[in-house]
Parts: sequence; structure tokens; C-alpha cells
Amino acid sequence: MEDIWAGLSAAFQLIGTGDPDLIEITLRSIQVSFSALVIACLIALPLGTWLAVRRFRFRRATIAVLNAMMGLPPVVVGLIVYLLLSRSGPFGVLGLLFTPTAMIIAQVIIITPLIASITHQAMRELWAEYHDLLISLNTSKGQRIATLIRDGRRNLLTAALAGFGRAIGEVGAIMIVGGNIDHATRVLTTAIALETGKGDFALALGLGFVLISLALLVNLAIHTLSRTERDGRW
Amino acid sequence: MVSQVKIPTLTDAVVRKRGKTIIGPVDLALPRDGFTILLGPNGSGKTTLLRLLHGVERLSAGQLTWATSEALARARQAYVFQSPTILRRTVAQNLAYPLQLVKTPKAEIAAQVADWAARIGLDGALERYAPRLSGGEKQKLALARALIRKPEVLFLDEPSANLDGRATREIEALLIATHQQGTRIVMATHDLGQARRLASDVLFMLRGRIHERGQAPEIFNAPETPQLRAFLDGDIVE
Repeated sequence: MEDIWAGLSAAFQLIGTGDPDLIEITLRSIQVSFSALVIACLIALPLGTWLAVRRFRFRRATIAVLNAMMGLPPVVVGLIVYLLLSRSGPFGVLGLLFTPTAMIIAQVIIITPLIASITHQAMRELWAEYHDLLISLNTSKGQRIATLIRDGRRNLLTAALAGFGRAIGEVGAIMIVGGNIDHATRVLTTAIALETGKGDFALALGLGFVLISLALLVNLAIHTLSRTERDGRW
Repeated sequence: MVSQVKIPTLTDAVVRKRGKTIIGPVDLALPRDGFTILLGPNGSGKTTLLRLLHGVERLSAGQLTWATSEALARARQAYVFQSPTILRRTVAQNLAYPLQLVKTPKAEIAAQVADWAARIGLDGALERYAPRLSGGEKQKLALARALIRKPEVLFLDEPSANLDGRATREIEALLIATHQQGTRIVMATHDLGQARRLASDVLFMLRGRIHERGQAPEIFNAPETPQLRAFLDGDIVE
């Protein structure tokens, strides 16, 4: 219990004093996770919707693989990205290993299946509701997908937030491909892992509280900006 | 306006689902003009026949022949479903949707939306979230949305099922006005009173086939088959 109080105290102290290291790693956490989220959404939202609308031979198998990929072990993803980006790997020439870009790539791989799968579930229900109307109106496949994404945006927001939650709390993969380098690739989760390893539980907990607060704030901000749960509109 | 787009012709048309014959064999060539009512008990195939004529139901056997290209014909048709699908948008956005699909200029869309909202009495509710409308309002909205692209052929599946008298009257008034402006209408209903008020000709369906057809006065005043006579008398026909 003492450690928790000490952690809370450390968190308030870090925030209250405007600790520059804390600000730097918090901003880097946001930058990496948001970049990964935007890229993953650009891939996953149309993919999940397309899977709901389109019928093709291996559709069930594709969906099963996508669902299975939701449980991809981040450490394994980190290892594979590491091997791909290492000097001897196929993309070693790009020099991306131990950079925030490598961390973004790993996070995109981890959260894309999650967002796509939740999107597919939500869009499947909406497609069942809209199917006859959209077919009757002679819509093109692109128009159908655009309509479903627009009208299912609240569900898609939930999918995106689930992806963001997974990304901001991820540690295994980004530790491997980022290296947890001070002032370069250190983010909140890797800093927590480092401080825990050093036995500085108060600071680790303090950083943990900052991380939780950040996740809550982002969720609240997105809900407020997208005007969900407001009577009369939704 | 007289419809230029023919409704497709059916020759030995059969629709089977899960091994059960839903429709057929049916031969049908409807005239270009008129207000055709499909009558028949539940499960007689009215909805499937409508969907077939609209081109959204696949044939298991037989032929469906379009007079023009299917894409052109479909673009000039509209369909109102028994349970109206209302987009998760405002009333105005629901009305605008079919026009946006065909890239209508914004000013034209705004004018059409205002006009149709006034015609269905929803001009004061343009910014309301449409899924929260009452059943009658939803049905009127679905009908206006179907008519906003000025279709040459309109298919309706029980458009006033579960609606009260006032809403039914408003919908019928809209349909009569639409028909008078030249739109070809094919409508399924089990409401005999409504059929008598609206029909120019009638198809009576039973067990997936067209059991009897003719002009409305002949059908209602001198039915040929005992099944249609029983149906018109309100007896249970299966």
C-alpha cells in the first residue's frame, strides 16, 4: 500500500514540477501511438468494412485468420520487425531499427487486426440492416463501404479506441525494436519497465498513473470531440 | 410522364430457397403503365416476386428479360420495403442520400429535400435523427426517399402494414399523386380495402404462382376462382 501512495505522490510531483523527461517521454508515447493508430485505421477500417460487404471464396478463412491475429504476441511481432529492420535484414538499409518509426511499424502490425476485427463485427450488423436498401439504390461497392463507415462511425470510434488502448499500453515489441534509448525511443511503458527493473517502484508507479491518466484523457477527448452519447443526435 | 422503362419480363421464373420453391414457375409481362396490386396470403410469394422484378432476387431457373440494360432500368426504379430501412442520419440526410449517390448539385439537393420534406409533413423535423421517428413517419420518409430521384417504376412491399388510418391515408395520397404524375407502381398488400382504393389491375398470388390476374373491377366484382373469391370474402386461404 505504501508503494501505491508513494507512486501517487511521485506522479503528482512529476506532473506538478513539469519534469522535462516525463513530458518528453509522454509526448513520444502519444506521437508513436497516435501515428500507429492513424496508419492502422487507414488500413483496418476499410478492410473490416470490405470484409463485411464482400463475398469471396476464402472469406471465412480470412476472417478467422484476422480474428486469430488479434492475439498476436507483441514480443514475437517485435522480434520479426527487429529481424526485418536489422542491418542483415531485408529492410536494414533503411536504418529504421531503434527509431520511433520502427516502434510505429510494430504497433501498426499489432493493432491493425484488432481494429479490423472489431470493425468487421460492427459493420456486419450494419450491412445486414442496410443491405436491401443499398442494393436497391444501385450503389457501387465503394459507395456501400463509404456509407457503412460514415453511419457506423460510433462503432468505428470504439474500434479505434480499443486500438489506441492496446498501442499506448504496449511494451514488448517496442522495447525490442526501439531499444528504450533515453531521449530517442523511450516511452512511458518502456520507462516503467526500466524503473521496475531498477527497483524504483515509486517512480514506476508514478509513470503508470500518468499512463492511465493519459489513456483516460484521450478517450474522453475523442468522445467529446466526436459528440457521442449526446441526446438527439445519436 | 409515361414510363419508358419496362418492368422485366419473366418466363418460367422459379426461385428456390433451401430446397423449397418460393416462386414459380411464373410467366409475367406487365404493361408499361398502371397501378398493379399483388394480393395474396402470407407466404404466397408477393415479396419475392417484387424483389425479382426489381432485380434484387436471383432466379433459380427460367428467364428474366430486361427491355433496356439492367443497370439503366435499375437506376430508374425504386423500392420501398415493408420494414423501412432508415439510415442512421438526420431526416434531411436520409432524403439527400439517393441524390448524393448520383452526384446531384448541392443546391438542387437542398431544394429537393425541402420540397419532399414539406410533402410528407416532416419539414419541421429536417434535423431530427431519423431512426427516432414514429413508424408512420419512417414509412413516409422511406417513400419520399424512394421518390426523390423521380423513378419511372416504384415497387412497394406492404407500405402501410402496421400503420394507423391517418398514416395509411397520407401514404395512399402520396402514391396516388405519384401515379398520376406517370410513375408505374407495383405494390404488394394484404389490405383489401387499400387494394380496392388503389389498384388498376391485380395479380392474385397463391403458393408461389400467379393464381388469377385481371383488371381491378373484374377481380373484385367477378373473381373467377374459388380461392380468390374466398380470399376476397376474408376466408383463410392457404
